[in-house]
Amino acid sequence: MHPVYIIGAGLAGLSAALTLAEQGRPSVLVSLQPSERAQSVLAEGGINAALDTMGEGDTVEDHYNDTLRGGVWLADPNAVAALTAGAPDVVRRLAAMGVPFNREDGHIVQRNFGGQKHKRTAYARSSTGKILMNAVIDVVRRHEAAGLVTRLPHHECLRLLTEEGRCIGVRIRDTYTGAMTDGFGRVILCTGGLCGLFPGHTTGTTQNTGDVTAMAFSLGAALAGLEMLQYHPTTVGIAGKRCLVTEAARGEGGRLCIRRDGALWYFMEEKYPELKNLMPRDVVAREMYFVRRDLGGSVLLDMTSLPEATWENKLSDLREELMHYLSLDPKKDLIPVEEGIHYFMGGIDTDIGHRTSLPGLYAAGECACQYHGANRLGGNSLLGALFGGQTAAQSVMGDVHDDDDVPAPRPFTGEEPLAAPVSAAFAEAVCEILLGGMGIVRSEAGLTAALDALSALTPGNARERCRLRLAEAMLTAARARRESRGAHYREDWPQTDESFRKTAVAEMQGDAVTITFRPLPERRETS
Amino acid sequence: MKVLLDILRRENAEAAPWHQCIPFETADTNATVASALTAINADPSLRDTEGRPVTPIRWECSCLQKKCGACAMRINGVPRLACDAQLADLGETVRLAPLGKFPVVADLMVDRSGMMQQLRDMRLWLETDEPAADPDALAASYEASRCLQCGCCLEVCPNFYVDGDFYGMAAAVPVSRIVAEADEAQMADLRRAYRSHVYEGCGKSLACRDICPAGIDIEGLLVRSNAAAVWKRRRKGRK
Repeated sequence: MHPVYIIGAGLAGLSAALTLAEQGRPSVLVSLQPSERAQSVLAEGGINAALDTMGEGDTVEDHYNDTLRGGVWLADPNAVAALTAGAPDVVRRLAAMGVPFNREDGHIVQRNFGGQKHKRTAYARSSTGKILMNAVIDVVRRHEAAGLVTRLPHHECLRLLTEEGRCIGVRIRDTYTGAMTDGFGRVILCTGGLCGLFPGHTTGTTQNTGDVTAMAFSLGAALAGLEMLQYHPTTVGIAGKRCLVTEAARGEGGRLCIRRDGALWYFMEEKYPELKNLMPRDVVAREMYFVRRDLGGSVLLDMTSLPEATWENKLSDLREELMHYLSLDPKKDLIPVEEGIHYFMGGIDTDIGHRTSLPGLYAAGECACQYHGANRLGGNSLLGALFGGQTAAQSVMGDVHDDDDVPAPRPFTGEEPLAAPVSAAFAEAVCEILLGGMGIVRSEAGLTAALDALSALTPGNARERCRLRLAEAMLTAARARRESRGAHYREDWPQTDESFRKTAVAEMQGDAVTITFRPLPERRETS
Repeated sequence: MKVLLDILRRENAEAAPWHQCIPFETADTNATVASALTAINADPSLRDTEGRPVTPIRWECSCLQKKCGACAMRINGVPRLACDAQLADLGETVRLAPLGKFPVVADLMVDRSGMMQQLRDMRLWLETDEPAADPDALAASYEASRCLQCGCCLEVCPNFYVDGDFYGMAAAVPVSRIVAEADEAQMADLRRAYRSHVYEGCGKSLACRDICPAGIDIEGLLVRSNAAAVWKRRRKGRK
């Protein structure tokens, strides 16, 4: 049986490889770095599932409703229904893999997280991603040893191979030797978010360049939801990036405040008496932006009244990090925090089975647009990566009809225009323009100015041209959505408009970027 | 802040290494070796102290917040993460060289895939789907799971060399998670692997303990794994 090519060895890629291997299907796991260096290891706060271990009466339906409401009704309800129904098994499976979740009296402890009315987030202190990845890497290793999973670390996906509108494989390059290979078969993209569009301005890794998404877009794959960038409310600047202060800091009792008339004003608690500091991230980030604009100074995170046991058992890594990078001790110091780009709700357009618009091509994890609508809830990204990878793999297994005529991989020795990287200067120029247009508060004028500035840039190679198109699609989608919803706030269109409860789909028509709004499906009774 | 970066460069594995000295200036008082390398690679007009152009320096990085282990290299002779090495603490001349115990790919980039191969050789995975979940096992599992696979511990280890039987702490730490959570059926194989690839080769210098960028309690994990895998002392009630 010919292997499935999985691009990206983070949590979604591992989940896809694992699901395929368990059904006896081989895969080739292509990644720039080993899984230990994937962005998934940076996830901190936890993973959501309605296990109801805290006796609050949490249900799958509550998880479903919170996820849809948090995403301001822009996520596919059937996909979210599947995700939330599958979540308890995903977490139970992780526990069976030996993930050392925080426990009390043997049961998994769940914590409060933003936008959720029950304690639903299972966690391993404040390094959930790292700890969970370690267990999943170990499980996949067993299939590597059995020959079902072949790892190609230090390999980069340069292009999709297409034929008559179908994806038939990938061209990859060994970054150590420069040798290129064409591999044939089904392809699952698990390449993460578009951090590379904002170098130095996100909480993500340098590996998540967005180049594969940009290339796939140029080759005909539709993208969706690109206007929805998540600014995480609590990040701090460190050398070369934004460093996340986990939402668990607020889940465990941290409070946001700002100085007003010489006193600390806990603005979230006054404005949102029910969920207070744990409103969805889009709401918190916007409120921080407004209070800072109106009052000046910094927004501060007050964790000084957290009990000692919380620092020891639940947030030990966070305290170490803050002391290391900021020389501030959150036990006694207020921490100045700022919104930072953290997650891309949009990405490669997929159906509920994680199939893209190109037959033969699938996408899962942050690179795909699925589950999160206009705003992602904390704790749903690790879940979305695991469940999405699994779902994509199941679709591959269900869809395959053409096992007989797939060629063996072969070396490619010709010229590959996409081999040349995006230059730092070009990346910086695109980033400046995007930051101008795609901030927390947006406007027609700002987005038009950004699009004009973008059109004045001249790409120096094929990869830069792909990036330019992706950036154009992002700005065009944001300009076309003349309403405010979730992470997309337009000061000229501040109301949510029901007629825009549609997915903005971006496609290349010849050389032009087009945006169309696609209605969302109704929830099926059976799901 | 002004520093001189003295970088041991090499075009590829076969090429002869040479030193390139690059003056670097930044206003960022928090600048790290990682942010300096990023800035240098972003500036094609840069010249070294002898007026030569600086071609892109090959190195690896990913998270830039010491959680992924990608950017390990020798900085002023000491193996550490470039994202965790602040220029302000490193003196006027900062010497950068690739890790010495792994095959060099180019410049500061080394091939650490041998570490991953060792983990496969040791059959490092859990056979049971009912792993131990008592607080003691969970604490050990958590600590062991923090390993970055950066290789700094191997670099300072007097007993580790590539292709030797001793796999070093980069294997011993992950194996301690499996030892903590495995059932008795798996322990027989694990004990054999642990003895030959960890216990019998470790000279207990504990240089690894002080160099680990994640600050993992290596000694604690070793004591625990030795007790379980060598002396067959495991917690009561384990299946």
